[in-house]
Amino acid sequence: MDLNLSPEEEKFRDECRAWLAANVPEPFAGKGLNEEENAEVVDYLKAWQKKVFDGGWAGISWPKAYGGRGAKLIEQAIFQEEWAKADAPMLINVLGLSLIGPTIIAVGTEAQKQRFLPKILSGEEIWCQGFSEPNAGSDVAGLGTKAIRDGDDFIINGQKIWTSLAHVSDWCLLLVRTDFEAPKHKGITALLVDMHSAGVAVRPLRQMTGDSGFNEVFFSNVRVPVANVLGEINKGWHTAIATLMNERANLGAGVYVGIKRALDALIERSHHINRGGRPSAQDPVIRQKIAQAYLELEIFKLNSNRALSKMSKSAVPGPEGSILKIFWSELNQRVQQTAMEALGTYGQLQDFDEGKWVYGYLRSRGNTIEAGTSEIQRNIVAERVLGLPKSYQS
Amino acid sequence: MDFDLSKPQKLLQESAKTFFSRECSPERVRELMATETAHDEALWRAMADQGWTGLIVPEAYGGLGLGLVELAVVVEEMGRANLPGAFISTLWAAALMERAGSEAQKAEYLDAISAGELKATVALLEASADWHPAAVQLRAEVEGQGYRLNGRKEFVTDAAIADVILVAARTSGGLIILVVKKDSAGVTITETPAMDATRKLYTVEFQEAHIEAALTNKVKDALEYSMGVAAIALSAEMLGGMQWTLDTTVEYAKTRLQFGRPIGTYQAVQHHCADMLLMTESSRSAVYYAAYALSEKDSMARHAVSIAKAYCSDAAREVGNLGIQCHGGIGFTWEHNLHLYYKRAKSSEIMLGDATYHREELARLVIDRAAD
Repeated sequence: MDLNLSPEEEKFRDECRAWLAANVPEPFAGKGLNEEENAEVVDYLKAWQKKVFDGGWAGISWPKAYGGRGAKLIEQAIFQEEWAKADAPMLINVLGLSLIGPTIIAVGTEAQKQRFLPKILSGEEIWCQGFSEPNAGSDVAGLGTKAIRDGDDFIINGQKIWTSLAHVSDWCLLLVRTDFEAPKHKGITALLVDMHSAGVAVRPLRQMTGDSGFNEVFFSNVRVPVANVLGEINKGWHTAIATLMNERANLGAGVYVGIKRALDALIERSHHINRGGRPSAQDPVIRQKIAQAYLELEIFKLNSNRALSKMSKSAVPGPEGSILKIFWSELNQRVQQTAMEALGTYGQLQDFDEGKWVYGYLRSRGNTIEAGTSEIQRNIVAERVLGLPKSYQS
Repeated sequence: MDFDLSKPQKLLQESAKTFFSRECSPERVRELMATETAHDEALWRAMADQGWTGLIVPEAYGGLGLGLVELAVVVEEMGRANLPGAFISTLWAAALMERAGSEAQKAEYLDAISAGELKATVALLEASADWHPAAVQLRAEVEGQGYRLNGRKEFVTDAAIADVILVAARTSGGLIILVVKKDSAGVTITETPAMDATRKLYTVEFQEAHIEAALTNKVKDALEYSMGVAAIALSAEMLGGMQWTLDTTVEYAKTRLQFGRPIGTYQAVQHHCADMLLMTESSRSAVYYAAYALSEKDSMARHAVSIAKAYCSDAAREVGNLGIQCHGGIGFTWEHNLHLYYKRAKSSEIMLGDATYHREELARLVIDRAAD
């Protein structure tokens, strides 16, 4: 066990720090940074991702041949930590970077890697993930979107839902049914679908936060070349699992940054908001709750680093990623709840701190649902990590 | 950066696991609980043969000179076996002695501790039950070459089996640590029976006691360091207990049938087990990070110690709660071993500050500092 950075890692950290100090843009000036339907926000974030890519900092652990840096996972984590400290904006192509790119690296053809990976990193092509359907939520393998073979194409008909970023996406990793007789897990194929194809219609869904980060996507006789199968025909479940494991393992890395910022802002605020005639920061109950949030967040980072140590040896994320997913999603809900309490009557105001507390509080309710509900994650931990018997026929 | 245990650390883990599963069975734990001191001299000597009573004692004083990560590795296995007796008391005293003692004192006591010839403990708390050393009020009056002591210490672990009790007291010059040898005149040791019978608690009373020797070197820092070491050890011990409880519960959930199926088939039980794993693994991250940070004198060491002690204190209790719940009726019996771990968890939770105490410590570090 050695948690010190090696001299090379330290050098790398210093390089990250220097680059970020010189390049992090001014915060987005207008309102609505959370509103991904806002075209100005999308442009701002795309420009930032391009800058990161040009600087050689996108896809740190991805192979050089595809535009990555060819460095280790540890270096990826170091970069993320510096990112947090520099208060840099998020990367808009988060799904491409965290789940879809790693899946293409794992199971894609050489041609697919050459074609898609560099533009994921540069943000030139934004990606979404077409898994969930109105009747296939936690039971994703029950999906019904059909793909019928027609020569060198598949013809797609069906509907996806809760599709984050679909409204700004250029491509979609889409799960479809290609064998209607086989058991449900054995008739699925993963396709790389051009969102600009004829027959694709995106309808934004409004969230309880008021903004529209996710969508319904309709496919009506959409043609997709067979060459765009990711993995093998009828073995799309295998591809999907790779994606889901990456989702659980990788999405958390950016999460630490987000929660840390919220917590730091809350601590700062708690000195200036009164509660019962004294600053919130002096209220013993609020102090306990803030300290609990702080310690859990640090433990989340430690858990992530342990998982990273393990992954850098085994190369693939395992079902333990579900533990990270449960941890960060429930932690963020507790942090946002604590913030609301510490801010007292002010917390509810839409114009207080640009409404970030209202947004953060409401948005956090989605955390235990998106990317696999806490209940599904606990099933996975129980069955695949602890070896308990299956609770349902899948 | 590598969060994994190194190869030598893994070997140490393996040998500790084998040792304690062989030498400290649940039956033996129950026998020792029922004795006056919960101490097993033969087991203690066997641990000393492994070098573990002097695990972090510098080699110059007969110890192994290992770091706190290695300590956590071994103590985690002690926790898994629910080892009774004075290990953590002696560890705390050794760490305090190492920092606050003179060369002569270290040579005398640390060598004996390493050799397994001496058990020790620290008497810090008084009736106020405040773990902050600043709360110490016991007065030590200078008397000849030594000190005269009148008053009481409370919640002293393993005092009746300790050959030496290190007593925190106050002089006009500040805090000192008196070295009180076994059977000193004017010292009365009385057991205060508590929930956990594997680590006994005592009141130590001084009536015109004359104490010759004291540790006087940077006492405040030495107390803080030694309390950090002991808090990490307690956290590691709780981690081992959590792992035992989790393993035992998962095994039971796989074999216990209700409605014709193993109860581990039911999501209500599965989710309890998943939460137990989450808390156990999170405790592991916190314990090893704290051990590393304090060993390496990291600037975040104080934070890390309080994070570990706060998190493990809550987690050990909660893992115990869920373990008992998943077992149903049998989990509530005297016959099942769950309650032995559950009671130890409570004792370890309280000792050196519970979660509430350490959260306030963290609040001082992260909230108050932000205002400076």
